[in-house]
Order: sequence, then C-alpha cells, then structure tokens
Amino acid sequence: MDILKQLADTFFNWQLMGEVIPKMFAVGLPNTIILAVVSGIIGTAIGMLLALMGISRNAAARWVARVYTDILRGLPPVLTILVIGFGFGPIVRELTGSTSPYPMAIAALSLMSGAYIGEIFRSGIQSVDKGQLEASRALGFGYGPSMRLVVVPQGIRRVLPALVNQFIALIKESSLVFMLGLLASEREIFQIGKDLAANSGNLSPYVAAAIFYLALTIPLTHFVNWIDARLRTGRPEKKEPDDAAAVVGKGAQA
Amino acid sequence: MSEFASGSLSARNIHLSFGSNHVLRGIDLHVPQGTTASVIGPSGSGKSTLLRVMNRLIEPDQGDILLDGRSVLKDNPDELRRRIGMVFQQFNLFPHKTVVENVSLALRKLRKLSKEEARSEALEQLDLVGLRHKADSRPANLSGGQQQRVAIARALAMKPEVMFFDEATSALDPELVKGVLALMADLAKGGMTMVVVTHEMGFSRNVSDAVTFMDAGVVVESGPPEQLFTEPKTDRLKGFLSDVL
Repeated sequence: MDILKQLADTFFNWQLMGEVIPKMFAVGLPNTIILAVVSGIIGTAIGMLLALMGISRNAAARWVARVYTDILRGLPPVLTILVIGFGFGPIVRELTGSTSPYPMAIAALSLMSGAYIGEIFRSGIQSVDKGQLEASRALGFGYGPSMRLVVVPQGIRRVLPALVNQFIALIKESSLVFMLGLLASEREIFQIGKDLAANSGNLSPYVAAAIFYLALTIPLTHFVNWIDARLRTGRPEKKEPDDAAAVVGKGAQA
Repeated sequence: MSEFASGSLSARNIHLSFGSNHVLRGIDLHVPQGTTASVIGPSGSGKSTLLRVMNRLIEPDQGDILLDGRSVLKDNPDELRRRIGMVFQQFNLFPHKTVVENVSLALRKLRKLSKEEARSEALEQLDLVGLRHKADSRPANLSGGQQQRVAIARALAMKPEVMFFDEATSALDPELVKGVLALMADLAKGGMTMVVVTHEMGFSRNVSDAVTFMDAGVVVESGPPEQLFTEPKTDRLKGFLSDVL
C-alpha cells in the first residue's frame, strides 16, 4: 500500500496541482496557444509559398523550395529552435532592442512547420486532376487566377486533416521553446509544470501539464476524424435518380 | 438569323511535336461562321490535341490560327480563350463550387459582373440546358449527363464565338448521351460555330456541315458528311468507318 500511496503522491499531489493549475490557466495556456496559433498561421503562409514554388515552372524556385524543405524537415525540432533562437537572437536584439526570445521561438516554430505544411499543400495541389486547370484556362483564366480560384482551394480541402495534424504537432513542439529561457510571463504550459516540478521534486505539475496538452490535442484529433469523414462522404444531399425524373419530377418546377 | 455572335475559325498548316513525337503534321481546317465541323478518327490521331492548339492551351510549333479571318497567335491567349468555349470529355466541373457558381465564376471574375448579375445570367444559361432547378447542387450530386449540360452552360455563359467539344459524350452512360447530343444539335441549329471531336458517327453525319477525318496527325479526308460517309475515297477512312459503324 505504501508503494501505491507513494505513486499517488508522485503523480497526483493535489496541493501542488492546486498551486500549478491556476498559473497554467493564467499564463501557460495563453502562451502555448499564442505560440501554436501564431506560428501555425505564419507556417501556413510559408508552406503555401513553398508549395507554389515547389510546383512552379521556374527551376530555381523549385530548387529553393526543395533545399529549404529538406533541411528544415530533416533537423530535430529541438536543434532548430536552439540554433534559430540563440543564433539569430543577438542580431534581432541589435536591430530591434528587444531581448525577449519569444519572437525567436515563434520564428523557429513557423519556419519548421512551414516546411512540413509546404509538403502537405504541395501533395494536395498536385493531387487535383489536371482537367481542372485545363477547364479553368479554357474559360480564359490565367495560370495565377486558375490556381487561386480552382486548383489550390481543392488541394487544400483534401489535405485539411493533414493540416490539422500538423497543428497538433505544433502545439506539442511549442513545449520545446523553454530552452530559449523565456521570461516568467512568457512561459508556456510545459515550462510552468517543469519549474514547479524542479522546485518540488514531484511530478504532479507535469501531470497537470499533460492534462492541459491533452485537453487541446484530443478534441483536435477528433476534429480531424470528423473532417476526414465529411470529406470522404460529402454533405448529405438528395440525389435525383436520373435526367428524366428531373424533368417530370418535383425538381422541374423550380 | 443566328442567335449567337459566332465567327469563323481556321487552322492553317499546324505542326506540333512533343519531343520526337510529331503529333500534328500540317493540319488545315476551316470552319465557316455558324457551321459545325466534326473531327473524327482513331484514338491518338491528334484530334483532341488539335482542339487544344486552336484555343492555344498548347502552342503550335508552326502554323497559324485565324478567328474571323484574323490571326490570333499574337493575342493574349487568355483573352482568346474567352472567345472560344470548350467542353471536355470528363466535364471538368469545379467540384468545390455549386452548379450556379460553376457557371457564374468566369462571369464575375472575367466579365466583372456583380454577384447578382452573374448569378441571374448563370441561371438563365442553366435554364437553356434545363438545369435551373439544380443551381445550388454540387456537381457530384448530378448525373453525368446533367454535369455535361452544366459544363456546356458554363462555356456558353462567356458568350463565345466558337464552341469546342472534345468527345463530350464519350464518358456518359449510353442512356444519357442523347440529351447532350440534342443540346449540341440545338446549338448548331442556332448558328453557333462549332468544332466537335466525336466518336458519335450519327451526330457527325446528321448534324455537322463538314467532316474531317484525321489519322496519325494529318487530315486524310474532309468534306460534306454525305460524301465521306457514303463514298469514302481513302482506304484509311474506309477501314475506320468499317470499324466504327
């Protein structure tokens, strides 16, 4: 019984939880969400640019996109965050006077997720039937408008589940920015748990952090499944049996 | 007394190669204003490619294309394509847009009509093909025949001077072919200038004013349908007709 009690105390120390949870709500959760959402948005923009470069007819653009993607996808996230945070931090400090590593954390996460999202978008855009571009061009749209109005929207729709998965990964990877040494008010869920765990020598704050992450990621996972099912089966709509029925049927008077 | 502001179309000595593959080897085709030319021939003879060259989806290596007697090779190809409607074998409707949006997209973005104007014009076009009641459906919820009629409405909405049909009925179930062919025949009667690449010999014979038989990238024989179908001169056309009829 002692062992069970000891385990319960290690992982579920209610006093420590009570101490850490309000702080997670007040500081950790908003910071995690800001890191994930802002770098998600910037990463999506980078990804779209990379995808369009990747399918461009310009060989130089394709080459740049390829090299960028290979490097950023090939590195461990922790290394990218450290290198960008510590490597470019001093330059940014000199240019802007800001000493906060927060923008560097967002930059690192954005650049990283941009590489993944670029590949997601590219595969989606390339999966759109060639006849779509042809039909749009035949109507008189140029290449750019055809991509923007016809091809890209269909490509994105197909990869929405993969895109949300990438956003889930981003929420998790945002925990790595603790390595840049954030100010107290900038700390996200993981670091707030880690701080108290280090002070108390007890793991309960980590468990609290875990619950916060799961509360963010599990609904998103189910959201992915929902979109996926929706994309597979489409919106339910009544279907006329054939042309003849439409002419004489109740659809005809509309 | 034509309903359409259609024009004549000519292709002169068109050559096109993909690498070492010489797909079109000096094609001449003249379609007078308000007439329908059908292009027949075995698969791989270059018929569909010829259509794509004539609206410059593919640029020819050599030759000239004239719309209303004027060369269009120096024009902006996007503007040229607004004057030529095209209907595809696989319909190629935009699946992420509703039926009426498929028809109104080019009206809004290219002819710069307001949303309401574009919609009401698109609904009129859908009325002509008998599908106004499907305006707010998605293409995926329509039968193949209905989808192809929407595709025709989409092309007509731009008020083209010429219409291209690229095997427009080949992907349709047999019972749906008739409706689409009837619509095409109506357009032909209404005075639209049309180039119809088809395997429907009945349509070619009964509706078109001229028939062009292509094989291996050249025009083997061309003339009025009666002449080609009843007295084919070349062995290649005789062989083709005995295979398909």
